[in-house]
Amino acid sequence: MGSITLENVNKSFGGHAVIPDASLQIEDGAFVVFVGPSGCGKSTLLRLIAGLEDTTSGVIKLDGLDVTSKGPAHRGLAMVFQSYALYPHMTVRENINFPLKMAKTDKAVADKKVADAARVLNLTDYLDRKPGMLSGGQRQRVAIGRAIVREPKAFLFDEPLSNLDAALRVNMRLEITELHQQLKTTMVYVTHDQVEAMTMADKIVVLNAGRIEQYGTPMELYRTPANRFVAGFIGSPRMNFLEGAAAEPYRAHSIGVRPEHLGISKESGAWKGTVGVAEHLGSDTFLHVHLEGSGTHTVRTDGERDFHHGDVVWLTPDASRIYRFDAEGQALRGA
Amino acid sequence: MARAASIQKKLFFTAAAWAVGLLIFFPVLWTILTSFKTEASAVASPPQFFDADWTLDNYAEVWQRSDYPRFFWNSVIISVGSTLLGLAIAIPAAWSMAFVPGKKTKDLLMWMLSTKMMPAVGVLIPMYLLFQRTGLFDTHIGLILALMLMNLPIIIWMLYTYFKEIPGEILEAARMDGASLRNEIVHVLTPMAIPGIASTLLLNIILSWNEAFWTITLTTVDAAPLSAFIASFSAPQGLFYAKLSAASTMAIAPILIVGWFSQKQLVRGLTFGAVK
Repeated sequence: MGSITLENVNKSFGGHAVIPDASLQIEDGAFVVFVGPSGCGKSTLLRLIAGLEDTTSGVIKLDGLDVTSKGPAHRGLAMVFQSYALYPHMTVRENINFPLKMAKTDKAVADKKVADAARVLNLTDYLDRKPGMLSGGQRQRVAIGRAIVREPKAFLFDEPLSNLDAALRVNMRLEITELHQQLKTTMVYVTHDQVEAMTMADKIVVLNAGRIEQYGTPMELYRTPANRFVAGFIGSPRMNFLEGAAAEPYRAHSIGVRPEHLGISKESGAWKGTVGVAEHLGSDTFLHVHLEGSGTHTVRTDGERDFHHGDVVWLTPDASRIYRFDAEGQALRGA
Repeated sequence: MARAASIQKKLFFTAAAWAVGLLIFFPVLWTILTSFKTEASAVASPPQFFDADWTLDNYAEVWQRSDYPRFFWNSVIISVGSTLLGLAIAIPAAWSMAFVPGKKTKDLLMWMLSTKMMPAVGVLIPMYLLFQRTGLFDTHIGLILALMLMNLPIIIWMLYTYFKEIPGEILEAARMDGASLRNEIVHVLTPMAIPGIASTLLLNIILSWNEAFWTITLTTVDAAPLSAFIASFSAPQGLFYAKLSAASTMAIAPILIVGWFSQKQLVRGLTFGAVK
């Protein structure tokens, strides 16, 4: 069991509210990703759940029990840090065994758990090495191993992949997702990378300036963003926004269209513009089109289509995929 | 051309470094040399070197005239004891200053250091009276306390600097892994800070071993260490330079040997954190 509940949690540092008022219900067994730009308070929120920071006010519950005043050692959670935070003076075996040693686990049981974790994480051959002799990916696996053996109520991940190179990051992403499917334990994962969030999460919490902007499944956030911030943050490349004359026909202050929902033609369409930079990815091409009077917008096209710098083009939005926002940036629903 | 200039430069700096080194070491060297001369040769003017009368008599006489082993053991007990007690207090203190600093932590550190700026003689009378009246005068525990207090600011400062270099996330990881505060300090912080703790320990043993002001002032017989042993040879009969030098050599030899063997550790510890 590992449900996590936040009730009106506030965290202030010297009078400045980093988390003004957060309420959230994370179901047992869910993979929840906190995502947002740097400084949005996502790591702070995770550290509050971990018990590494004290709440200024509000209640944190694990499995319905109030743990707000309990220290990190007594919450039964495990955490994987961005820097891995391995104990450099201990071997891999001692690192993974450390939580069991702290829990005074019987040696035979502990040995078996360490061996099992090492096998699952392909670390068996490295058990007697020190962390300094391992690669980044291996270190990350040791950190995960140390978390697994505790059999925690929930795993907390604080940007665990940001120190890895791109290829390894994709691999580890899959490994962590697979691990979640095997263990079925609650996981809370912090990242600033919306691609990580979209690909890994059962549910995503989008944070901005300490506020929870929206909480939902990746596709809910993609299809029905609550406001302009979420609309702009979820989806890659990011959504195009148009204001003024372009938005008026839709009775909105501003409208948003995703690059994949813009049609492009050299003959005719709704908005006229010229092609600036063209990014050819092979399968897709991202065209940065300068529209007259409303700035540069991104269009995603089939990689085989031929557009070049300076071409005059016409863009047409998919009418059913236009997002409308009011002056405060809140999404307008209905016609 | 450039190559020749760089060799010249290197030679110059090497020679300069040796000159400074010899200058610093010269008094020690002269003490050791004098300890092997006869009293007449020791005070001869101009100083004798190649034509001096060499002898081992000074050592034999110093050994016979005084109870060297007792002084030696007193030095060991006082310097090791004060250092260990100091570490036991300083490790938790430096931990709290490095990892859970308050608003006044910097001021507190500065204030502790400022106590070292005061001349010891300024508190001689109160210390002397306190020691007399509490029965700490001329006892091991008294000197251990006095030297520990004297060196505590340095121990805390050194450890604080080393602890600051340890990433806080590792200690947080230990907390998440279920470690109590005690386990966090014993199993994670201390082993990681071993190089720093070791050099702090060595430096403080050396400082305590060489301390002369309080050790001479606050002892008479029972707890007198090697500093008092040396002082006892500048006695009423007048100065006997050769014997005094022999006594000095016997007093500094143990710590010189310890320092020599631990120099790698000392240098590493003292420059720890300088290059990250």
